[in-house]
Amino acid sequence: MSSTARAAVSADSRRGRSRVSPAFWLILPSIVFMLFLFAYPMVEGIRAGFTSDLTGALTLDNWGRMVNDPYFTRAVRNTLLLIVVVIPVQFLFAIIMALLLQAKPRGTALYFYLWAIPLAISDLAAGLVWLSIFADQGYLNSVLVGFGLQPFSWLSYQSPGTQFLAVAMAEVWRATSLVLVIIVSGMQGIPKDYDEAAAVLGANYWQRLRHITLPLLKPSLQVALILRTILAFQTFAVAQALTGESFPLLVGETYRWYSALNNSNVASVYSLVIMAISMITAVAYLRILRDQSRQVAK
Amino acid sequence: MSLQAFSTYLSRRTLFGIAGGMTIAGALAGCSGVSTTGGKGGDAMLFSTQFTPIEEKQRFEQVLAAYVTDPKTSFSSVAVAEFTTSLKTQVDAKQLQFTVAGALHGDLTPMPEYLEDIDDLVADASAAGIPQSMLDLGKLGGSTQKYIPWMQATYVVAVNKKALEWLPAGADVNALTYDQYLEWAKAANKANGKPVFGFPAGPKGLYHRWFQGYLLPSFTGAQVTRFTSDDAMTGWAWMQEFWAQCNPASTNYDNLQEPLARGEILVGWDHVARLVEAPKEKPEDWIMVPAPTGPMGLGYMLIVGGLAVPKGGDKALAAKVIKALSAPAAQIELLKQNAFFPVVKADLPDDLPAPVKLEAQAVAAQADSPKALLSLPPIGLGAKDGEMSQVFKDCFNEICLQGNAPKTVVPKYAATIATILEAAQVPCWSPDPAAAVCKVG
Repeated sequence: MSSTARAAVSADSRRGRSRVSPAFWLILPSIVFMLFLFAYPMVEGIRAGFTSDLTGALTLDNWGRMVNDPYFTRAVRNTLLLIVVVIPVQFLFAIIMALLLQAKPRGTALYFYLWAIPLAISDLAAGLVWLSIFADQGYLNSVLVGFGLQPFSWLSYQSPGTQFLAVAMAEVWRATSLVLVIIVSGMQGIPKDYDEAAAVLGANYWQRLRHITLPLLKPSLQVALILRTILAFQTFAVAQALTGESFPLLVGETYRWYSALNNSNVASVYSLVIMAISMITAVAYLRILRDQSRQVAK
Repeated sequence: MSLQAFSTYLSRRTLFGIAGGMTIAGALAGCSGVSTTGGKGGDAMLFSTQFTPIEEKQRFEQVLAAYVTDPKTSFSSVAVAEFTTSLKTQVDAKQLQFTVAGALHGDLTPMPEYLEDIDDLVADASAAGIPQSMLDLGKLGGSTQKYIPWMQATYVVAVNKKALEWLPAGADVNALTYDQYLEWAKAANKANGKPVFGFPAGPKGLYHRWFQGYLLPSFTGAQVTRFTSDDAMTGWAWMQEFWAQCNPASTNYDNLQEPLARGEILVGWDHVARLVEAPKEKPEDWIMVPAPTGPMGLGYMLIVGGLAVPKGGDKALAAKVIKALSAPAAQIELLKQNAFFPVVKADLPDDLPAPVKLEAQAVAAQADSPKALLSLPPIGLGAKDGEMSQVFKDCFNEICLQGNAPKTVVPKYAATIATILEAAQVPCWSPDPAAAVCKVG
């Protein structure tokens, strides 16, 4: 074969082989990284949930142990109750705060900074802060005694209602800032023209809010809801700091089975349950808050 | 070279760049890092689950520096779950970062196969005065020695002298019965208008040891072999009544020294290391007394800590560390600093800190009582040790916190214990009578 023909053949085959775009090679390190540090441990974790801790054989015993554990139903109930109560409250607060910030009063930057501070605190630290308020000799009881009232054991196992309220309050205080930041950035993305046009056409504040601001905020609300709900399923440190083990939660139970009971298989099962619930909720949010207008426009 | 020529040669920016680069290079060179693993070349590291609070850790590091001079030993202490995971993964990967593991019996029980056999160190240990029964504990239910006992502790009752005025008539605070203890709680609560007795029922509290080592042995004479007997029901009924007299905040007490020091409670039972801070401010206001005596005797539990060598570790180096820590002077110093009692033969000096002296009196009175009934934490259960402890915690939860009748709760958990013992197939441990395979009764 002549040299030019050989060169042409090799050039052709090189072009044929290079159907794989260079972008693939650039993200290959990340893929390998994720495979080793994320996919492989996840597969191992899922497998551990179905393996017996004594014999190593595949079994569904761990699921039975989890369901028959006296704390399981309480943990599921407490987690769901926390989510049902805390998330609507947080969204209400966050939307109000975002609207207040949007009006741009004096000191907007300062208010935003103060409202975002809880984002920087670890959830255990937040739990300890609220523990110092609700403890038997904490600030709340000190204030009550100062007014001449009887102190009350807010965190005692004998009053599960106030225990729940304390955990809910601490969670609202701690995590509303996450929702606020997402909603504020969403609001900044809404063009002012719609609002101004509606104002010119005679819509009052509530009508503008209901028909323009909130619908255009839907993508941010969707993101904030998914993020916040998944994180809410993982509430642990706050409840542990405030109530110890009197208020069982799903992640708390996972931790207890792994550390105190030395049984990583049942702990895996708990984490699989949390993962399943989180995925179902995320898919539900994505469907319910689907942006209908974009689909129609297509 | 003239200044102008110089400045055309090197612009100001280049000059700043060079100066900046040199400063950064110098700073980075200084960051050689601190070796946290004890390093090689004769240095050793003691990896432990004990002394995690920062003050205890610092005091123990001083003890190490003073008494373990060859080799120089560094100290690292972590929570139990992290200890277990670290030890197992390091042994499996054959990448040991530490020389000696120092942990409680219950922490080492789940992993005998990850520890070296150290039968050659037993002779020195016996010569130092460690009792044979304690050395046998170090076999972790097997036939070879897995750890050398290092320190011991037990549980006593701390009493604020204020509470002594409500003692029942004719009761000796150093030799109370369970009924007298309950009467005392009732009288003290009535006088104060609020509960002043405490119980370490918090998430990290050691209340399961109360049931395993104190309540059940005192009422039934056994830990598991008479779990469902009528005497056990009597014991749980007593506990139900007693809990009604305890401060409800006890479900948050991981240790009793803090509530005692705050004045929230006046009397309470807990581990000696978790009571030692209470009398620190005013030792003359406190006394420590043995636990009460029940129908079958004064059940008490001994907690033993041991030094083990990880599988594949440097046995010679570890042996040096173990020998140094077994010296009577080192163990007395540990007692003075962190309230863990020596296991070797060592005469207690007179200059012990006041809280430790109070505890030493109670510990001796408890062990020397004619009705003393020694109880040990479960031996040989491996990874199921945590679940065994959980059984007693769950019984407390259902019987005392939820108010269910012992008759309905105890058989349910007896079945759980039976499952654990079936899988473990181990002989019974004190105070249960020796049997080839332990069965719940």
